[in-house]
Amino acid sequence: MPAALLGWTDTLVQGVMLGGLYGLFAVGLSLVFGVMRIVNIAHGDLIVLAAFGAIVATSASGTVPAPGLPLWIAAPLVVAAMYAFGYILQRGVLNTTIAGGELPPLLVTFGVSIVIQNLLLEFYSADPRSLAAGGLETRSVELFAGVTVGVLPLATLAIALGITAFLQWLFGRTNIGRAFRAASDDPEIAGLMGIATRHVYALATALALAVVAIAGMLLAVRTTVAPADGPNNLIYAFEAVIIGGLGSFWGTLAGGVILGISQAIGFRLSPGWGAFAGHIVFLAILALRPQGLFPRTRTQA
Amino acid sequence: MTPQGRPGARAPAAGERPAAALLLRTRRLDAFYGDYQALAGIDFEVRPGEVVGVIGANGAGKTTLLRTLAGLLPCPRAALEFQGRSIGGLPANRIVALGIALVPEGRRLFPSLSVEENLRIGAFARRPGDWNVGRVYELFPVLGERRRAGATDLSGGQQQMVAIGRALMSNPSLLLCDELSLGLAPVVVRDIYAALAKLTAQGLSAVIVEQDVALARSTAARLYCIQEGRVSLEGDAASLTRERIARAYFGI
Repeated sequence: MPAALLGWTDTLVQGVMLGGLYGLFAVGLSLVFGVMRIVNIAHGDLIVLAAFGAIVATSASGTVPAPGLPLWIAAPLVVAAMYAFGYILQRGVLNTTIAGGELPPLLVTFGVSIVIQNLLLEFYSADPRSLAAGGLETRSVELFAGVTVGVLPLATLAIALGITAFLQWLFGRTNIGRAFRAASDDPEIAGLMGIATRHVYALATALALAVVAIAGMLLAVRTTVAPADGPNNLIYAFEAVIIGGLGSFWGTLAGGVILGISQAIGFRLSPGWGAFAGHIVFLAILALRPQGLFPRTRTQA
Repeated sequence: MTPQGRPGARAPAAGERPAAALLLRTRRLDAFYGDYQALAGIDFEVRPGEVVGVIGANGAGKTTLLRTLAGLLPCPRAALEFQGRSIGGLPANRIVALGIALVPEGRRLFPSLSVEENLRIGAFARRPGDWNVGRVYELFPVLGERRRAGATDLSGGQQQMVAIGRALMSNPSLLLCDELSLGLAPVVVRDIYAALAKLTAQGLSAVIVEQDVALARSTAARLYCIQEGRVSLEGDAASLTRERIARAYFGI
């Protein structure tokens, strides 16, 4: 393969894998918006919160507390903690605000975002930190001649595919998935079906934050996270959702992959252009096809 | 399980029908939308196996009555009794599990669910009984042919069939039907009511809210006419003359 073509192939492959991470950011956001019409401004900060949770849980020193748990124990704990936090956040706070339209919950999540950023800053300073994964972060495999990929980005993509397939199955094929969609369509009539909408909403947010937890930990292994990083993650999640459209979780993941490829291409053209190229693609989609590339399908079964 | 032995149920007073003989009863039921009083002191009864018609002009309170019975509007605990139990104020998702199902005005199907999914979600409360998707398709064969279609892609009559089937999937003891004929062609209305007659012939109790008085009279054994939130007339459908109904309907 000629060197130039090989270079571009490499860019494309790296972009797809980066897109897996963005897709993970985005499916949680689109889940909360899809079921409850809540625009979760705190989404990016929750990603950072989960990352810090894992970093602290695995630290043997330097943080308070410093339990020094191995990652394979800490990771499921963080996922469970975020799931519980999501349930409480929705049931205790957001549910009381959704009757007033789309603005009150948006303002509440904006407040949650500020609280998370400042608490992390207060307790752990503005230093960027990362999550150690026992050498996984530097290991790589040769995908085919000349194109080598990191094990971690490859695993991230595989996890993103797995989670997307799981959510699509859950929403399309199960009782609770039908309840999510029914409660989203018409909460009052969903109540007539025996669906406790407040509980179902809380489960949806809990599920979204479990995905957020996984995304946050993968992010923190891949790179560093700092308390103020949330809004940037939120922007990428938003862009992926808008590019993909709200039709299905696969569409959202595809949006993330397109964003990842755009950034990888931009970065290859000039190291300062990575995020910029992603924004350009996002704006182009918003201008030319505001419903996204994969808009809502009416039935998913 | 005697109603007298349950908290909230009271012993019947002299001259009153004992609660056990009734499937559902409201006692001086009021309902409000904010400050606006939509129902004022409604006494309403359904006996087991009975079909009761509720008629009245637009805005009289018919839909409000059904919404209150289904738990969509709050009311005091003692104002609503079902199978001898006081259930007023319970949320809709609890009431459906007790056996009251509402076919709402305007059908209100879930647009992002297919026909079959709309039916399956009707069984979400897991109330035991005979109904399943196959039996709904026997009642309305056309739905079986269109099971994978988006529910709101169907014709109005077919959508009404889905709405009825969805309610039946909860295995109700009492089916509340709000304006089944609304916006449907007469021939379709006839089919829908023929299906309803099949169900009530099998012993299902029903409350039918209808604008079409003739249809209500021919379907229901007993009629209530509601006017400005109060019962203006009540009696056996056969014994009520057109003149009395017209007077109660319009308040003239």
